[in-house]
Amino acid sequence: MTETAAWWSLLAAPALLLAGAVLAVAGDALLAARDAGRPTTVRTALRPLLEVPRLLAAQPRRLPAADRLLWRLGVVSVPVAAVLSALVIPFGGTAVADLSVGVVWFNAMEVVTWGGLWLAGWGPNAAFSLIGGYRFVAQGLAYELPLMFALLSAATAAESLRVGDIAQAQHGLWFAVWMPVAFAVYLAGVLAFSFLGPFRHPAGEDIAAGVLGETSGVDRLLLEAGRWLWLTSGAAMAVPLFLGGGSGPGLPGWAWSSLKTLAVLAVLVWVLRRMPVVRADRYVEFAWVVLVPLTLVQVLVPALLVLGR
Amino acid sequence: MESVLPAVLGVLALAGGVLVFRCDSMARATFALLLSLCCVGGEVALLGLPYLGVVTVLMMIMEMVVMAVFMIAYMMNPAGLMPMSMLHNKRGSLALSAAVFAALVAAVFLVPWPDRRGGPPPDTTVQVGRALMGGQMLTMIVLGFVLLATMVGATVLATRRGRYDRFGDALDRRTPRDPVGGGVGR
Repeated sequence: MTETAAWWSLLAAPALLLAGAVLAVAGDALLAARDAGRPTTVRTALRPLLEVPRLLAAQPRRLPAADRLLWRLGVVSVPVAAVLSALVIPFGGTAVADLSVGVVWFNAMEVVTWGGLWLAGWGPNAAFSLIGGYRFVAQGLAYELPLMFALLSAATAAESLRVGDIAQAQHGLWFAVWMPVAFAVYLAGVLAFSFLGPFRHPAGEDIAAGVLGETSGVDRLLLEAGRWLWLTSGAAMAVPLFLGGGSGPGLPGWAWSSLKTLAVLAVLVWVLRRMPVVRADRYVEFAWVVLVPLTLVQVLVPALLVLGR
Repeated sequence: MESVLPAVLGVLALAGGVLVFRCDSMARATFALLLSLCCVGGEVALLGLPYLGVVTVLMMIMEMVVMAVFMIAYMMNPAGLMPMSMLHNKRGSLALSAAVFAALVAAVFLVPWPDRRGGPPPDTTVQVGRALMGGQMLTMIVLGFVLLATMVGATVLATRRGRYDRFGDALDRRTPRDPVGGGVGR
């Protein structure tokens, strides 16, 4: 049974999430170095972390007629939503808050990123960042429905919206095994809401880093941290949804949860560097013409199984 | 505590509602409205309906972001970049809103509110599901079809190009000729 953890888990959960995000960033730096033929040492892995003090000390950029309030609001909401989404993810047998509607909570927090990134694009009063914000909304319209159906597949099979129950319901056979479409679409969704890898179109190089482009200093740090926190949170959520949660032989639940999370995170980070950027308008058509029908059929499978049970 | 949180959310919702008409930027007005609606979602969750509350927040964020895009693109002033006001027909709307407010307040005091009988069910989400998928199944199905028909109809009416423009006179063109390329087949 999943239980609600002690009060200090409110501090431990964000710390764990941050640790996962740092590992992901380090792994990404190592892969980048290997691809470029540079030496892959500990120094290479830790190099991106040097950005943190640099950004903290950087002078903030000022723009004429920026909407500072909305801009700040958007920038802050991305990492905050990522941390809040992690509160419902069970770590072994405990979650900070095992809400009865945990899946919907995770989904709602992920949608906060829509508002956040659009505001981060709108706030600076600059063309490229605004285009970045619009691109994320288009990308959101593309990934959201398939992602929702993927979440629904897991919830339907477990007959519960509680994340702990979904993890419990997969004794022996993981949902990832018999619902591969939902699992794949979910992982694509994770990349999309962290706007990384093939889904970094909103922060694309062609528009000078888009939503990130006009931010500097702490703002930049928060947005960059937000997307990696989202990647980690999405990877952690994949474990109870599709990979049996903390269950496994020999090791305690928390160990299995971390191992599986790190494995999913590693796969996601590897994929980041292996795929070209997908344009939002192209992904919209692909999502609506191919992914929505596919995931609908995927939801039908557990629905029929539950009905026949 | 039991009454503080609902009160705070209520005041925030009202403040958001007022801000909608005080802000001079379409983006700010939209997100003030979003704040108001999120607080309403919070109230619903506090009333013991966590699913409806969280879903309200989820849907409203998506809706308001899409609305912000369209409002700024198509409404009163180009790109929403000039100061604007959400107030129109000030006298009429003031009279109307005052009348509605008075009627609602009067209703609060005049309606004979029933006393609670029995306790709340353990899982209200199941109750909502039962209500929608049981007794109101037919309503939901009809509603779904009407919504879909409206969306398809609106899209068909809004687009100038039909299938013959896209696929040729004999509809035999392999890939549609669209001004903007999509992702499938091209």
